[in-house]
Amino acid sequence: MTGNGPFAWWRWQRLFSDFSLILGGFGRTLLVAALALLLALVLGTILGLFSASHSKILHAITRIYVEIFQNTPLVIQIFFYYNALPYAGVVLSSFMIGILGVGVYHGAYVAEVIRAGIGSIPGGQMEAARSQGFTNFQAMVYIILPQTIKIILPPLTNLAVNLIKNTSILAIIAGGDLMYHANSWASNGTLSYGPAYVVAGVLYFILCFPLAVWARRYENKLKNREFVTAETVELISEVIEC
Amino acid sequence: MLTKVFEDIFTSGNIKYLFIGLGYTILAAVVTVFVALVLGTILALARNYEKRVLGRIAAVYVEIFRNTPLLLWIFVCVFMLPKRIFGDAYIRGVIALTLYTSSVLAEIVRGGLNSIAAGQFEAARSQGFNFVQTIVYIALPQCFRRIIPSLMSQIVTTVKDTSFLAQVAIGEFFYRSKIILGQLPKHTSVTTAHVFTLYLFVALIYFAINFTLSTLVRRYQSKQHHV
Repeated sequence: MTGNGPFAWWRWQRLFSDFSLILGGFGRTLLVAALALLLALVLGTILGLFSASHSKILHAITRIYVEIFQNTPLVIQIFFYYNALPYAGVVLSSFMIGILGVGVYHGAYVAEVIRAGIGSIPGGQMEAARSQGFTNFQAMVYIILPQTIKIILPPLTNLAVNLIKNTSILAIIAGGDLMYHANSWASNGTLSYGPAYVVAGVLYFILCFPLAVWARRYENKLKNREFVTAETVELISEVIEC
Repeated sequence: MLTKVFEDIFTSGNIKYLFIGLGYTILAAVVTVFVALVLGTILALARNYEKRVLGRIAAVYVEIFRNTPLLLWIFVCVFMLPKRIFGDAYIRGVIALTLYTSSVLAEIVRGGLNSIAAGQFEAARSQGFNFVQTIVYIALPQCFRRIIPSLMSQIVTTVKDTSFLAQVAIGEFFYRSKIILGQLPKHTSVTTAHVFTLYLFVALIYFAINFTLSTLVRRYQSKQHHV
């Protein structure tokens, strides 16, 4: 622990004396993740409902959105907002880019989860609601969506885990998040990468692991219950990594 | 004006430079997915069928890598692994991608193994298969057939993930496009059109690769559902 190894004690001491920096980054990560998640959920729900509607135009809008954002790297999207948009006169702070970039990207995944969730509700539910005088929209809001939410909670939670991990992308545009502060603290001066990365890893883990465990438990509970079959739960909760 | 932009960006030298980068990107993705599939299968088998030492190690490995960002592991491998043993930054970057992706594939393979009916194992035993034979001849073939769509989706994700390597100055596709952008001012003032053209071109190439793969996944899935 003494001497000059990558995990030498003096490196840890140094890190802990600068710990407020890391905690500030952690706070920024939390804030960006929360706001980006909110944006992703709003966008994803709207697009998911679009794809459940009968309008061809709305279907097409959702399809195009999902395909574009799922099939290009988040890194490129973020750099586009950061490097290219200013040339067109749109200058966004790296904080805003974090929320918009990460939110818009994960919105595409949320849309797909919600579409699959709505699709898993038996068609009879809609017909029954319609026969009772509900409009399409009312049936969707009062009958279909409440049932959908239960099944899609596990995959949505896993998406949230991915979203939290992906906010680390802010580090590449000097976004002041946890990854950025850990990395820049380590590369300025003493090159104490070891402690910085361990602490960053532990903090990300503390955020993500409880969510992942909860999602798995809830998924297992759903499989043994009521109106959905275990296959449906499995199909919707396929391991998604984005 | 657009022809001027194209002439500035897509010189034959630049095109060659970019496509060598694309080669590195594809190579990184292919190596990552293949090695990670092997590692992930070992991890999944350990976690499912050996619950004491190896199974626990596998579980810890998977949970650690699944709950921390890829960028962290790229930084760790590229900045901390000794160069003498692990080679240049590209190799260390691919090691990071592989370690990370293994944890995802371990979960995908485990899902596949869990979906095989218990009767299959009993039937194999009754026919005189031992445990290893049952895994190799009965369980894994069915498992891999089932997880083909998830595997292909993971290839899409890995292709996207390789762009993280640009961040540590590894000369893959995206990094090289940034270099080209940086070199343009020597010949011409960088106009909005230059920047947008290059970014859209890079995005389009990634899109072409990934959209093809995603479309194949969907085809395969709808075929599975009809059977």
